[in-house]
Amino acid sequence: MLKWWKNFYARSDNAKAYTLLSPTLILVVVGMAFPLIAVFSVSFTTQSSFVIDYTPTFDRYYEFMDTSSRTGNILTTLLGRSITISFLVSFFTLITAYPVAYYVAFYVKKNKMLWLVLMTLPFWTSYLLRVFAWKLILGHGGVINASLMTVGFIEEPLGFLMYSQTAVVITLAHAWAAFALLPLYVSLEKIDYSLIEASHDLGCTKFETFWRVVWPLSIPGVIGAVLIIFIPTVGDYVTPALVGGTEGRMLSNMIQAYFGRANNFPLGAASAVIMLITVVLITIMVNVVTKRLTQRL
Amino acid sequence: MNIGQNRSLYIYVLLYFAFLYIPVMFLPIFSFNSGIHMAFPLKEFSTEHYVDMWNSPKLFDALWNSVYVGVVSSFSATILAFFAAKAFTKYKFWGHSFSYGAILTPFLIPEIILAIALLVIWVQMGLPLGLTPIIIGHILFCTPFCMIILIARMEGFDRNLEEASQDLGEGVLMTFWRVTFPILLPGLIASFLLGFIISFDEFLLAMFLQGSDQTLPIYMWGQLRFARRLPHVLALGAVIIVATCLVVMLAYWLRNIGQPEEKKDLTFKI
Repeated sequence: MLKWWKNFYARSDNAKAYTLLSPTLILVVVGMAFPLIAVFSVSFTTQSSFVIDYTPTFDRYYEFMDTSSRTGNILTTLLGRSITISFLVSFFTLITAYPVAYYVAFYVKKNKMLWLVLMTLPFWTSYLLRVFAWKLILGHGGVINASLMTVGFIEEPLGFLMYSQTAVVITLAHAWAAFALLPLYVSLEKIDYSLIEASHDLGCTKFETFWRVVWPLSIPGVIGAVLIIFIPTVGDYVTPALVGGTEGRMLSNMIQAYFGRANNFPLGAASAVIMLITVVLITIMVNVVTKRLTQRL
Repeated sequence: MNIGQNRSLYIYVLLYFAFLYIPVMFLPIFSFNSGIHMAFPLKEFSTEHYVDMWNSPKLFDALWNSVYVGVVSSFSATILAFFAAKAFTKYKFWGHSFSYGAILTPFLIPEIILAIALLVIWVQMGLPLGLTPIIIGHILFCTPFCMIILIARMEGFDRNLEEASQDLGEGVLMTFWRVTFPILLPGLIASFLLGFIISFDEFLLAMFLQGSDQTLPIYMWGQLRFARRLPHVLALGAVIIVATCLVVMLAYWLRNIGQPEEKKDLTFKI
């Protein structure tokens, strides 16, 4: 028996691979899958003060969706806002980072390593501190307002800079820049240069070459960048809490409140489940749409 | 396309890098400014905030907690990631991409969901919150990063070396210890350092799962509310930024030791 097992093991790549993978997979199942199931089940319960009543009910989801009540109204608005803000952040980060990735991929010849280090370094510095830096810049007594007032351009601080959705979008676009730069750079770098030359030889202008050769070939990087920015920013907490104010508040701030001082675990769990489902649906949608689009090319 | 120079694109790239770097520069600049108001024009050069920082015992408690959490999480994550990376680079097996996706999910879903998931199960099991659940969360969060770094490093690994060692009579363990491990050591250290940085800076998981022990980001978060306490957070932030940059440079350098020129790379592909 033991010998048979040893033989089987020596021959089976599956068995060997899963032996190596098992600790990590167990961690992911125990540390993430089980907890997610727990959140899912808590979202079907009811809490009154500190006691949770475990009778299954859909009430928390109704509470979330019911736009006529105050709570439902706030929650659906915040969900919509989270999605809009994340969409705007992905869009702006993409269009501003694309030329940079393009430049590094095609024009930089010497010291490519240095450029790559410069592209990724901000990502590793503390997220909290980067958001905090924007608070210093955009705040009422912050760098921009104080400087403009000293020079005499404005009499009063510009209100729209701080505690607004604009502030959230700018801060997030800055914080997630590396996540757009890298996938874009990787997909642009892979493009075979002779394709571009061929396009020129066949009489395409610079713009036509970009639009019909480079851009379609960089689509995988574009989709990667958009998703990798969109998914985490939907659930961002730090930025709206620090620079968003009331106007820029997002769903995560509400979820945090339900698990904190508002102490309503079931409603918080339901909000988190709805957020997760929304994110998954949008991801699937983006993937399907791009598959359709790239097939036609 | 003329691959000479493109001046307007070059200027745009410079502006973009200014956008990336200048905001962060304000932390060190203001940390040397005397007074508590963060605005131009600067008053005068002073190191008072650094003295203030040095005299905050709570800050050092938080620092040690963060270092402890970071070392334990990143060390565990690197070991787990090493086994996983070995499986992905050495074997072709059933369920390859599914397992890869599963290991990556803690990093791919919104972080707040991972945080409340751990909070809910921890509270339901009746366990006390504190550094232990934070460490578990950080291991989950760091492992995908470490794995990506190690896979990139191990893809060019010459398996003949391992086979030669086994043909020459070494067992599996000694082959690992005397052949595989020394070759991969720089990559493993790079993975450990980068995992440490991620854990050290991580805020959200720590906020939800904190007990009475604070980590450094939680400490900073708590100080942001008081205008008077703010400047020493700036000083601390400046120190953290400089230290982070040095550690990351070291990790990048280690990551590329002994790699052929075309494999020298910093990208973490997902």
